[in-house]
Amino acid sequence: MTLDLNAILLSIGAGAAAGLVGCFAVMRRMTLAADAISHIALPGIGVAILLRIHPIIGGVAALLVGTLLVWGIENRTRLATETIIGVVFSTALAIGSLITSGDQLIEALFGGVGHLTTLETTFGLVFALGVIVFVVRQRQRLVLALVSPEIAQTSGIKVARLNLYFLLVFALTIALGLRYLGVLLVGSLVIIPAATAKRLAQSLRGMLLISIFFSVASTTLGTGLSFALHRAPGSMIVLVAASFFVLSLLRGAGGRAASTRANAS
Amino acid sequence: MGSSVEARPLALEVKGLSVGFDGTTVIDQLSFDVPHRSALAIIGPNGAGKSVLMKALIGVLPSKGDITWEANTRIGYVPQKLDIERDLPITGGDFLRAKAAVVRAPKGAVEDALVLVGLKPESVQKPIGALSGGQFQRLLVAAAFIGQPTVLLLDEPTAGVDEPGQDTLNQTLERLRNERGLTILYISHDLSVVYQYATNVLCLSRGHTCFGTPKTVLTPQLLQDLYGAKVAYHVHDDARP
Repeated sequence: MTLDLNAILLSIGAGAAAGLVGCFAVMRRMTLAADAISHIALPGIGVAILLRIHPIIGGVAALLVGTLLVWGIENRTRLATETIIGVVFSTALAIGSLITSGDQLIEALFGGVGHLTTLETTFGLVFALGVIVFVVRQRQRLVLALVSPEIAQTSGIKVARLNLYFLLVFALTIALGLRYLGVLLVGSLVIIPAATAKRLAQSLRGMLLISIFFSVASTTLGTGLSFALHRAPGSMIVLVAASFFVLSLLRGAGGRAASTRANAS
Repeated sequence: MGSSVEARPLALEVKGLSVGFDGTTVIDQLSFDVPHRSALAIIGPNGAGKSVLMKALIGVLPSKGDITWEANTRIGYVPQKLDIERDLPITGGDFLRAKAAVVRAPKGAVEDALVLVGLKPESVQKPIGALSGGQFQRLLVAAAFIGQPTVLLLDEPTAGVDEPGQDTLNQTLERLRNERGLTILYISHDLSVVYQYATNVLCLSRGHTCFGTPKTVLTPQLLQDLYGAKVAYHVHDDARP
């Protein structure tokens, strides 16, 4: 087993996309949603395997349908998003585990190594680029809608539509990491580097850059380690990302105490 | 109500407005006009629906009835508070630049807005959560000014601001109303400020609404009806008792 160029390219692309999307997901308090939304991919993967098509196609289709479902329910009822997510996605996990079996289930849940074809890598990179362009171009609108939906609305932003676009891009990002990290771990790739960046950054630009750095560092280091140690890449990537987060706790605690003193004086 | 001089176009016309949630009516069949360049103070006890009215006016809450803004109205809105985490790494400058980018404000709009509200550029380099109450409120007002609004809606703009700061902010708003022909709608609990700056007053209270000039509306009897207790106010005072 050798580390190939496709794997490196895709881990950089997916890492950068996840780092950027993660910033807004964390700031919008979607930490729980990230984990739960990824579960919806499972029944799609199961159906795709049954139909003998590429599992990721099934996963992506299920993610997009699931996202539209959440957005639709959220806009039409007064249920809390967390409640909707809890119900919809545990159901998805249950259905998915019924129709997927054995090794395929384990691979869908925790990700697999497998060989990446050039076509898969190309598609992955195109999606990653799409996600990055979206977040970079829409960041000012996303910031305004995050700080105050009312101010965003009076500034001419269609907030509900922007939320839908963000959810779809979020689902696409989840899909990017699905193959390597699996349904259960992919949410952490989006959330952990951004949570680390949130602790360390003092401005929006800082958070976006730090998050991209830790995310790409986690995906590339994790992928490299998985090849070197013959372990599943998903687990290695998440462990590297989590290590950065733990280190940020040490640094963050010091920084916070200093800024509190500065305010007090 | 309004002057009977030749009909000026209205900045806002509200007819038979009702807003409710989950079967409870908060605002029932409310009608009022806001002429150009006027300052409308919205007063009333807590829970009377003042903030709800503002949110209905800007279209973020569903409502029944007619809300007609004049064509080409640009709204600057100052919310009462923000529902964000205190440790968000978004600086005041990030927020103002976001607003400027979204409304395609010309270069220098952020700096101009900071000067208008008396905020130093250094203070907006800190995350929003690290600002003092007064700085935060000025930041919100600064954001509302970006994009050359024709109408400002302010939900308790001076809450948390110290008294000299309140005076400065009120005077700035009054100056802009005169200089730039702005129309201003604001919610206030400070009746002396209402008396001093408002051209019209809309009072909201469960089952009781009134509309008119401060002199006709702010009678001791009406205030007692509205707030359910004796309320003292000082016409010429610049400080609250």
